Amino acid sequence: MTDTPQTPRTPQEFESAVARETAVASFDTHEKSLLERIRHFLHSSPASVPLIVLVLSLVIFAVIVGSRFFTPFALSLILQQVAIVGIVGAAQTLVVLTAGIDLSVGAIMVLTSVIMGQFTFRYGMPVELAILCGIALGALCGFINGVLIAYLKLPPFIVTLGTWQIYLATTYIYSANETIRAQDIEANAKLLQFFGEKVPIGGATFTYGVFIMILLIAVLWYVLNHTAWGRHVYAIGDDPEAAKLSGVSTKRVLIAVYVLAGLICALAGWVSIGRNGSVSPQIGQFANIESITAVVIGGMSLFGGRGSIMGMLFGALIVGVFSFGMRMYGTDVQWTYLIIGVLIILAVAIDQWIRKVAG
Amino acid sequence: MSREPILTARGLVKRYGRVTALDHADFDLYPGEVLAVIGDNGAGKSSLIKAISGAVRPDEGEMTLEGKTIHFRSPMEARDAGIETVYQNLALSPALSIADNMFLGREIRKPGVMGSWFRMLDRKAMEKKARDKLTELGLMTIQNISQAVETLSGGQRQGVAVARAAAFGSKVVIMDEPTAALGVKESRRVLELIQDVKKRGLPIVLISHNMPHVFEVADRIHIHRLGKRLTVINPTDYTMSDAVAFMTGAKAPPPS
Repeated sequence: MTDTPQTPRTPQEFESAVARETAVASFDTHEKSLLERIRHFLHSSPASVPLIVLVLSLVIFAVIVGSRFFTPFALSLILQQVAIVGIVGAAQTLVVLTAGIDLSVGAIMVLTSVIMGQFTFRYGMPVELAILCGIALGALCGFINGVLIAYLKLPPFIVTLGTWQIYLATTYIYSANETIRAQDIEANAKLLQFFGEKVPIGGATFTYGVFIMILLIAVLWYVLNHTAWGRHVYAIGDDPEAAKLSGVSTKRVLIAVYVLAGLICALAGWVSIGRNGSVSPQIGQFANIESITAVVIGGMSLFGGRGSIMGMLFGALIVGVFSFGMRMYGTDVQWTYLIIGVLIILAVAIDQWIRKVAG
Repeated sequence: MSREPILTARGLVKRYGRVTALDHADFDLYPGEVLAVIGDNGAGKSSLIKAISGAVRPDEGEMTLEGKTIHFRSPMEARDAGIETVYQNLALSPALSIADNMFLGREIRKPGVMGSWFRMLDRKAMEKKARDKLTELGLMTIQNISQAVETLSGGQRQGVAVARAAAFGSKVVIMDEPTAALGVKESRRVLELIQDVKKRGLPIVLISHNMPHVFEVADRIHIHRLGKRLTVINPTDYTMSDAVAFMTGAKAPPPS
């Protein structure tokens, strides 16, 4: 019953019009227009647009503000100001790559910084232990987000809109809206301010916060681009169903992403104590919006799966350069927000245009 | 062919609530053959295929692979057992490169400390293997193995998905409607691909609605009707309209 037929069967007659020698997998080699080539370049290197914009904005401010702007000191000051947004933005990057969004990043940062401070001062805990507790709590906050999103399948926007309020309210209730003064921290728990310590190199002044941001972004860049886990993060943001069928344990990766984001936010909480000197539940109100701004200007797609963490860093730096440069130039600070707003919309428009490569 | 079937199913039952999708269905796949599975919409052929590829767990019945009983709880388990599926939606990640896609979920890590401690991917090895596989299947006009899948045409993507299945499928390759979304020219290339995979000794289960394609490449045709195997025919013995008539019940099946 299962004899293989001996007569070779041939293609249908209607197919004879099809030229056989044209292989399916050949590439159109026709001359591409310059615009098409630019699009392809941007498609394959998503961090290049923000990098170009960053260099341009540096040049523009160097011209209009003058030599005051282009000093190692001034430029390193920008880096100091960008450190916290850069770290929170790294957490946001991970989440956005999976096609999610995390509105609770700022709240986790404040909550953990308050925990680190209060555990030290209210309970007399050793400062190292208090910091560990803060970081563990950050991971727990991220874990809660992750479980709600991966297992209960709730939309990330809604989940983190809720947990943002919850974590922030917890911060106020627990701390009784009380600030720990910088002098007290300096006298009793210097380690909390570690990341604010200044390191002069040449004419520039860096803080440990700047170094940890750069180190963190470098490590995450490696993980995202050169490990299987990193590829899985991209694949999930790209097409979760395809990732699952290809053998990616999507739920586990999603939870790991949110836990890692929580951990990074706790690190940002620690860095923010160094930056502000004090521990206050009032700080970091806009960290979530600022991190999303950095991610978007950095050319990452909010639809997931596209973009580079380097782009996020450039995006954060662009915002830093503009706010610093505008202040030095002496204009109303509102101009900065106006320009940032324009940049955001431009970035999303460019993202849409680049994505058409696929179509 | 007196050989033993490589993959069998006996008395598979799958119910969804009050609907019975599989009603004591049988299935046999012999080594080295292309077996087409056809059936009307709702006949239960996708449930049958899902049971074989591990996407669905049947309520009753048993399956064997090379004589050993198998119980897949997930597509991963079927894959680990050597059954690869090319899904109709291809299950490719558009923004990732061809090589990354082929190795998604089973990446190769660098040897030594870089791999075990830093978990670094061995891009070179993966790209080489991917290129070899595509060359083997005559797809090596794809020049740039690190280009994103979304820059490929539909047929090229299908080629990548088939190459992935052929690269890892050690025992069986299942293809779900591989030509449904393609034009005439690209369909032709995919049919050649099916022949190429078959030449390498891998048996293929082909699910298709396209009768000309089925009759061209299939060695045997499994006709599914009302949740069970109606009959298996040899495409050289019957015409396409016979097959459609069996499928829809307009004609009684030949006595087996």
